[in-house]
Amino acid sequence: MNRLSRDQMAARVARDIPEGAYVNLGIGLPTKVANYLPLDREILLQSENGLLGMGPAPAAGEEDWELINAGKQAVTLLTGGCFFHHADSFAMMRGGHIDICVLGAFQVSTRGDLANWHTGEADAIPAVGGAMDLAIGAKRTFVMMELLTKQGESKLVDRCTYPLTGLSCVSRVYTDLAVFDVGPDGARIVEMVEGLSPDALRTMTGVSLTL
Amino acid sequence: MIDKTLASVADAVADIGDGASVMIGGFGTAGMPDDLIDALIARGAGDLTIINNNAGNGELGVAALIKAGRVKKIVCSFPRQSDSHHFDAAYRAGQIELELVPQGNLAARIQAAGAGLGAIFTPTGYGTLLAEGKETREIDGRAYVLELPIHADFALIKAQKGDRWGNLVYRKTARNFGPIMAMAAKTTIAQVAEIVPLGGLDPENVVTPGIFVQRVVATGAAA
Repeated sequence: MNRLSRDQMAARVARDIPEGAYVNLGIGLPTKVANYLPLDREILLQSENGLLGMGPAPAAGEEDWELINAGKQAVTLLTGGCFFHHADSFAMMRGGHIDICVLGAFQVSTRGDLANWHTGEADAIPAVGGAMDLAIGAKRTFVMMELLTKQGESKLVDRCTYPLTGLSCVSRVYTDLAVFDVGPDGARIVEMVEGLSPDALRTMTGVSLTL
Repeated sequence: MIDKTLASVADAVADIGDGASVMIGGFGTAGMPDDLIDALIARGAGDLTIINNNAGNGELGVAALIKAGRVKKIVCSFPRQSDSHHFDAAYRAGQIELELVPQGNLAARIQAAGAGLGAIFTPTGYGTLLAEGKETREIDGRAYVLELPIHADFALIKAQKGDRWGNLVYRKTARNFGPIMAMAAKTTIAQVAEIVPLGGLDPENVVTPGIFVQRVVATGAAA
């Protein structure tokens, strides 16, 4: 079975982002997608702290700590990019102006519920940031995650057991083993890595999967 | 003559007393008004309610205020970070109250206060722990949560340039919460790198109109 690496997953997500899209990439794994956006497409990255047209990291020594991304890393601004305040930034999400956001997840349900902000552990200090706004605001919310936890449990589930970030908000899930569409009709297998069968995926995840 | 400029950061925060609610601009350290916060710490006011996106990073700014034991409650979206150790310690010791608000709701509630709105209906957080116990309503087939505006006695913000009428422009992503906090607080205090004469800011590009700003103090160029 040819499990995808994290970079291969990022490249796979990038392939589905069309010319002209306004895109927000969540902190962590989704940030890698920026490295694989096709150069022949004009795609604008939004960062929730207030910039549109985010460019790559600056050369070492040229960081400007008033030009950062949502992960508080130094970035650059593309020619034509712009700055705005936080209320405008979240209006871009909540108002449905962002075409695609890509988020990491602890769990996604087959109907598209997302859990990615809180493990639910009693002693954990909760932090939510923009996750809830992004999840429900973008026109399409993609999730990018390994299909199984380190303990081998499926992160694609019938019902999330972690605290929810948003209800029925995810449309597509990219994993190291398969790509799924999720929604009101349940989960559907879009594609699988070589050497994997639908039945093997069903056994692995324990959820109903259509083709 | 209207002159909102002050000679020092100490003068600018001289009337912030115990129990005040204080909005502090900044996303992480970008836009954090460190000089005003240092002056607030030196002034000694305690039992403060702080509204900020985070709960302090490293040793400066909001982190220093928490370390000094001046914060009773913090309203923020993303307290837990790799360098939020002062908040983490105070929270685990039960010394600080946390109101966790999704980032866009934080912005919208601040903006609602500045705009004089009584409440907002927001889709963010519906069906989650952060909406438990709150009024909800379905509008045009979509579910919303009622959230109240966030007001404050003071806002401390950082801008790039200001004039004596309080008009402000910002620098890059340091803008973040500055413009909306300026609208929401009773008294807004801006630390700026430079005070320019009236007319020194392009009126087409003023980001915060001076009506929202009560005090401006120059603290020199950002480090």
